[in-house]
Amino acid sequence: MPVVLWTDVPVWLLVAITLGYFAYVRRHEYLAAPWRRVVRSAPGMVALVVLLAFAAVGLVDSLHFRPALEGKDQKGGAVYAVEVLSLLDVAVMPLKTRTERTYSAPLAIRSFSKETTELADGGIVREFPRLRFGGAHLKDEADHGRDVALTALQGIVLGAFAWGLAVWFATAALARRSRVAAGALWTSIRRRRTDVPWLAIYLSVLALACIAFPVALLAGKYHVLGTDKVGQDVLYLSLKSIRTGLVIGTLTTLVTLPFAVLLGIMAGYFKGWIDDAIQYLYTTINSIPGVLLIAAAVLIMQVYIDKNPELFPTAAQRADFRLLLLCAILGATTWTGLARLLRGESLKLRELEYIQAAHALGVRHGRVITRHILPNVMHIVLIALVMDFSGLVLAEAVLSYVGVGVDPSMNSFGTMINAARLEMARDPMVWWTLAAAFAFMFVLVLAANLFADAVRDAFDPRVRVGGAPVPQAGAPG
Amino acid sequence: VIAYIFRRFLYAIPILIGVNLITFGLFFVVNTPEDMARMQLGAKRVTPDAIEKWKAERGYDRPLLWNGAKAGVGRLAETIFFQKSAKLFAFDFGNADDGRSIGHEIRTRMWPSLALAIPSFLVGLAVYVSFALMLAFFRATYLDFWGVVLCVALMSVSALFYIIGGQYLISKLWSLVPISGYQPGPDAAKFLVLPVLIALAAGFGAEVRLFRTFFLEEMGKDYVRTARAKGLAETAVLFGHVLKNGSIPILTGVVAAIPKLFLGSLLAESFFGIPGLGSYTIDAIQSQDFAVVRSMVFLGAALTILGYLLADISYTLVDPRVRFE
Repeated sequence: MPVVLWTDVPVWLLVAITLGYFAYVRRHEYLAAPWRRVVRSAPGMVALVVLLAFAAVGLVDSLHFRPALEGKDQKGGAVYAVEVLSLLDVAVMPLKTRTERTYSAPLAIRSFSKETTELADGGIVREFPRLRFGGAHLKDEADHGRDVALTALQGIVLGAFAWGLAVWFATAALARRSRVAAGALWTSIRRRRTDVPWLAIYLSVLALACIAFPVALLAGKYHVLGTDKVGQDVLYLSLKSIRTGLVIGTLTTLVTLPFAVLLGIMAGYFKGWIDDAIQYLYTTINSIPGVLLIAAAVLIMQVYIDKNPELFPTAAQRADFRLLLLCAILGATTWTGLARLLRGESLKLRELEYIQAAHALGVRHGRVITRHILPNVMHIVLIALVMDFSGLVLAEAVLSYVGVGVDPSMNSFGTMINAARLEMARDPMVWWTLAAAFAFMFVLVLAANLFADAVRDAFDPRVRVGGAPVPQAGAPG
Repeated sequence: VIAYIFRRFLYAIPILIGVNLITFGLFFVVNTPEDMARMQLGAKRVTPDAIEKWKAERGYDRPLLWNGAKAGVGRLAETIFFQKSAKLFAFDFGNADDGRSIGHEIRTRMWPSLALAIPSFLVGLAVYVSFALMLAFFRATYLDFWGVVLCVALMSVSALFYIIGGQYLISKLWSLVPISGYQPGPDAAKFLVLPVLIALAAGFGAEVRLFRTFFLEEMGKDYVRTARAKGLAETAVLFGHVLKNGSIPILTGVVAAIPKLFLGSLLAESFFGIPGLGSYTIDAIQSQDFAVVRSMVFLGAALTILGYLLADISYTLVDPRVRFE
């Protein structure tokens, strides 16, 4: 039975909007020109490849259903499990189900802590027991290192092969489209003479393939990133956390957008008392420290959820609703920055000749705004959208630590860090959960930052080296 | 100037009232005191008596806005709005859910917060500005390029990792300073070194990059070209002209942040066990003590508004081109 979670709808809506937007951009040269500049920036494109990989994981994780159980109910209808799964869960089912008893180090075959086991002859020993799943196929433990190395090598070869195939097809397709010989195109790609930095794109795909394939192969036999306190595979937790991060980073801005655009443009366009009222509103919201306002709102929301348990049939739906509300709250506290920028820009635009001309010709306000103002502030909106993303992903971790983030049962980088924080005190240290959360978050946020820089450089009409950053949400403080 | 400052001060009052109304709406209208009581008392099926008692002990048993049972001023004064929200204007915060006076807590916890925040702030400012100036001096070289790359990389690390990593490396591995804790007096220094360093690292990427753009923007201006054209050395241009003018946008941001130093740092204080206002807030959030959260929201907003005010005033003082309208 398919289940549509609250956050799934906007996620797919966002995908549709993005696709529609780019279809529209393709047909309009003035919109396509800045994007062409983005496409020409090598760091931007490498970041895009990484972001797309993350987005793919997040999207596969956004198709939910409740698996049918065996047997029928009294009316003969199918019975569904209480647990909500996503397609990602199905794809990595072994990771989800093969849980150990407790901690184990990455790629380990023996548990991290000693346990008492009874031998066949009745004797009792304290030892590090073999894991239930990690390396269970090995007969002889001495083979461990060799097996890991061989599997990894196999993965790398496979990844490189798949990459070669993909590159061959891509280059051939490109050559066909631009009507040049594939060989000549390949030479110019290799010598970095193409407009689009294909070499950088190919190499980043190669890097991804050389990580993904060995990890996938190893994950079938071992726990590549170890297991956490209750024996869950850390790789699985990290993959599931990606969706949460992406949802927070994108949906929040989506929630923000209508407020910011409408109020910002109205304030700048109409001036007078409307401007005063809107300015008052956002100055007031702005003057409450972000984290505190979010904390207050989340506490209130928690009371509401606790009060109405009947609205949420499953725990996943409840956690998901909380995620959606968190996005709304983050959005409600962060729209002020964008609104202020838009107000300033609209103030400038409304004095320009073509707007004056539109007024003189008797065009109505609504039409002036939609036809003349809105298209001319879209670049600001777009820059704000991509710039805010990384800040929001980071903010999620901090908020979850403070206790006002996502539901504790939901996988997210914040909850992972929070759970792993105390393990640092153990000796020997349990470092892998933190390291995994760190690595995934760092790569995601770094890619987002680089891509945002490329977009800003391409769209900002004030061509300069830097540019004032959009105020970041939930700055840790 | 005095008239300007006075007028700016008047602007702050409606904003403070707005903040108060928002917090009142959030804490009492969206959720009634009953909900709060039920949540604090825990169990799903608490008796109405227990709820009434909980409310009476904390003064939540009054009507929200209008008390018809009382006469005269009492009709307005004996309400939750007046008792709990309006009194915040006089910085009378009332008691926390555990019965302790919030005002007293704030006054005692302010000092550890300041002891951490002021050094972080000053050291940070000096370090960020000098690094940004250095990058601007070496602009368009490999040093500048890799400096910016480093900044972006540092920006991409969550503040949590700086704290966890710093605690692990410096306190646990090298045993240089205690992992956490606090002592008033001169001993405080050894507890504060690490949090200050970590705050420095956590802000480094974003701030240096931002300041660098300020300086670079200034360097592109005509007067800088004139200064170079008349034969000034690059260092003289940098320190004499660019640093001064580039500091104006930095200054406004910095001055706006000063009052907020009182609030302390949420993360650092709770990780390092420093009994400041930041850890007070976190504890209140985690134990869902609405009275404390409400007070901190109001205090934070008041300090932020004060910061904006100071920023505006300082702006007009350092930049004579800004007119007092």
